[in-house]
Amino acid sequence: MASTKKEEVKLIGFWSSPYSRKVEIALQLKGIKYQYLEEHDLKNNKSPELLKYNPVHKKVPVLIHNGRPVVESLVILEYIDETWTQEPALLPSDPYERAMVRFWCKFIDDKFSPAVRKYLSLGPETDGENARTEAQECLKFLENELKGKKYFGGETIGMIDIVAIGLAFWQRTLQEITDKDLMNKQDFPLLCAWAEELLSCSVISDNLPPKDKFISLIRSRREAAAATSK
Amino acid sequence: MAKGDVKLLGTWASPFALRVEVALKLKSVDYEYLEENLRGGKSELLLKSNPVHKKVPVLLHGDRPVCESLIIVQYIDEVWTYGPSILPSDPYDRAIARFWAAFVEDKVYPSMRAIMTASHEEARAEAVAKFKEVLVLLEDAFVKSSKGKPFFGGDEVGYVDIAFGAFAGWFKVIEKAFNVELFDEATTPNLLAWVDAFLAHPAVKDITPSTDKLLEFAKNFLLPTMKAVAPASQ
Repeated sequence: MASTKKEEVKLIGFWSSPYSRKVEIALQLKGIKYQYLEEHDLKNNKSPELLKYNPVHKKVPVLIHNGRPVVESLVILEYIDETWTQEPALLPSDPYERAMVRFWCKFIDDKFSPAVRKYLSLGPETDGENARTEAQECLKFLENELKGKKYFGGETIGMIDIVAIGLAFWQRTLQEITDKDLMNKQDFPLLCAWAEELLSCSVISDNLPPKDKFISLIRSRREAAAATSK
Repeated sequence: MAKGDVKLLGTWASPFALRVEVALKLKSVDYEYLEENLRGGKSELLLKSNPVHKKVPVLLHGDRPVCESLIIVQYIDEVWTYGPSILPSDPYDRAIARFWAAFVEDKVYPSMRAIMTASHEEARAEAVAKFKEVLVLLEDAFVKSSKGKPFFGGDEVGYVDIAFGAFAGWFKVIEKAFNVELFDEATTPNLLAWVDAFLAHPAVKDITPSTDKLLEFAKNFLLPTMKAVAPASQ
């Protein structure tokens, strides 16, 4: 719905943060114009804007709509869907379907992503194997969710697809830095097809972190983790 | 979908199950409560209804399961649209409510666990101090959301009240068991009043277990179980 009043949308993000990328994808899918503000040194020197708009967590992403901040990526995604009601709907309208979407988004954020992050940043010792098993257990649930569907959102990209984007992206990244497959075609045919479908959408692929830069980052994290664990 | 036939799988001492019960009571929904036996192993119904997490609470609405307490509360709010609204109607206010509920989810239970499983006085005092820092932030959130009214939701109990208030009985247990003060006039005057207002609310007071009952449960079952398990990494 086009707004007649002046609308100012800003997003504070960081290039390697999957959470800020997800918000960008949602904004672009809905055709919402926004100003992107990159945090230059998230680790050591957070900007005054970040500290002002997210004093509690001091993290990206931060959506600022007409001067008012919204933080936490899942909260932001629901806010975007409720404020800008044009297609595509990120959440379905039926309350039960909405509950299922929220459930899987929470599952991906709370259980799956930490397992993948852990696996990506560790070397191939025992801990890495445990993390891989844990991640694959999560994948089985997600594979099951895709039965009969093109996207988690059905025929169109929805909130689960956006939240799960890391899955598709990391899969490609992992293949570059380790010879082990997390999500192989044999065990996860639906997820693999879904990932390819998603990555072929320009709004998705345009918003992924630059692959080489991201791989260097993951490699350096793995090296650092391997060094400290000795 | 008919609105009849609502069941809740829970355990009597669980603050997470309590969140769901408060929401159901607020909306005057008739439901059947099914107690999951903590010592008997998980029931078939639970394992079937929540195969991913195998945890309570689970709401069964016409046999369709909804899991995760805050997701269930939002579901209840969206299905039973008569009665008080649990979430505000304005999208920005909803975002604020969801933010603070997520904050409670992240910070409150781990803080309480740290206090309860602290191995000695110093560690406990440190855990209490850390928790009080969390409470100061919630105090500030309360002042902003309540706008002078008794609850985070204003005149009526809302989403953050339910998310946070479900732990109120356990706050009383911690204060009694360890002789500490979590809320005080100096740093959290509004929350101090709010805890009692929440516990006295008609949708809450008949279903909250007594402090003594929870205390006994903590001593005999919960604490030994918590201490036996390796501490959560987050």
